[in-house]
Amino acid sequence: MEGLKRGAAAIVGAAESDLGQVADDMSPMDLCAQGISRALADCGLTLKDVDGLFCAMTQQRMSIISLIEYLGIAPKFIGSSMTGGSSFEFHVAQAAAAIQAGLCNVAVIAYGSTQRSVGRKQASQREINPYETPFKPFLPASAYALAASRHMHQYGTTREQLGEVAVAARKWAQLNPAAWEKKPLTVADVLKSRMISHPFTVRDCCLVTDGGGAIVLTSAERAKSLKKPPAYVLGCGHGVTHMNISSMPDLTVTGAKAAGEAAYKMAKLSAKDCDMVQLYDAFTINTILFLEDLGFCRKGEGGAFVSNGNIAPGGGMPVNTNGGGLSYCHPGMYGLFILIEGVRQLRGECGERQVKKHDVAMVHGNGGVLSAQSSVILGTSATV
Amino acid sequence: MPNATTSPLATYVSHLEKGELAYQFSPEANRAVFFPRVLCPFTGSDKLEWRVSKGRGTVYATTVVYPAEGQPFNVALIDCDEGFRLMSRVEDIAPDAVTIGMRVKFRVHKGGGEDAPIPVFTPEAA
Repeated sequence: MEGLKRGAAAIVGAAESDLGQVADDMSPMDLCAQGISRALADCGLTLKDVDGLFCAMTQQRMSIISLIEYLGIAPKFIGSSMTGGSSFEFHVAQAAAAIQAGLCNVAVIAYGSTQRSVGRKQASQREINPYETPFKPFLPASAYALAASRHMHQYGTTREQLGEVAVAARKWAQLNPAAWEKKPLTVADVLKSRMISHPFTVRDCCLVTDGGGAIVLTSAERAKSLKKPPAYVLGCGHGVTHMNISSMPDLTVTGAKAAGEAAYKMAKLSAKDCDMVQLYDAFTINTILFLEDLGFCRKGEGGAFVSNGNIAPGGGMPVNTNGGGLSYCHPGMYGLFILIEGVRQLRGECGERQVKKHDVAMVHGNGGVLSAQSSVILGTSATV
Repeated sequence: MPNATTSPLATYVSHLEKGELAYQFSPEANRAVFFPRVLCPFTGSDKLEWRVSKGRGTVYATTVVYPAEGQPFNVALIDCDEGFRLMSRVEDIAPDAVTIGMRVKFRVHKGGGEDAPIPVFTPEAA
């Protein structure tokens, strides 16, 4: 993102709230607050230090106001861009800009959802579109399924290759104590599961869980004196191509291309410099599309790239090391959790699932139906 | 821009009620615009003409939705020959027999009650 200084801001605190199935009647705001409390404890700051606040939620129409009320603070700078699951990657760029401009110094980005407890329909209200709704697409799954159909047609991508994405995610989840789904999973299991919207079975689709979390950003200067090693914001970029799937220009090329290019330019890095990818895998096709669009393989070769365990533990390219939205957690909007995992991997805190070389992480958020893409490249002190 | 007397959606639906699939054309961009709106997304111009499609197109992408209750059904994106794309479904054929590249033709699915008519497609060969 032009105008934003490479490495001027850093993520210094990161934490999840309770995940999975939370206690009865916990509210989305309760989960936000849990995440914030834990993320502040993670870096040794307190609510009194927070002067910038960002959030986006599906169950709370004016979530940032609700969060200010709940926390009882008066932040100098607030933001609540709502781009679906990628909101939090957009917030990172906005928070970094606000910190660089001196509008705030300690910014918190938070999320919470009780999607599992209250049910998918209650958690996220669908808009009526007179040009799509009458055809009853099962959204968001059918939109991604349409993209998958096109990728399969154009590049020969197979359902087995989609299945490989789900299997790799499950294998990572088995190494993550916080993951929701850990049962062994094979490609054959994915293919024979209940069909949702062809070519997707339920195992090609993200989980429905509760959960929340928060991250804390501050200036590079202040970051140095805090508890944990900073994860510097090296690059940010975004690409928004459409809202509804019928308006997406090319179903095989996403805004991740523009997002990645802008983020790499700011970071002065390329895909080959990234030690890991944490991307928003709402559906198995996402992983294939984003790996292509972010330059980890050529367009059309994503299916082959994810095969033979290449993105699974022990493979050539670690992708979604927490188990992803497919197996770790997916509370409605998942974008914050990939930032948390990126930070933890860079710090070397990930135990059994720790990636060996962990200096640069590509974190890529997706919102809507492949609509709003936002990339954040994070790096350790060795990279700045 | 003068005040609107009819919305883009109302104009679109009134064509469907006459059995026509209407779309907009932007003379400045020299290309079709869909969904109907008041500004051309290619030029920002408010000069948009209404045109009626010949109703022929090609399946661009397709899926079969498996609802929790009831029969599976098709949802497709259709590229009409005039250069616009819309969501629809292909009827008169099994939902999983709809393939990308298939030539299709338009017909109106009449709305019932409060529902507006919608454009659906059938295989051209049939």
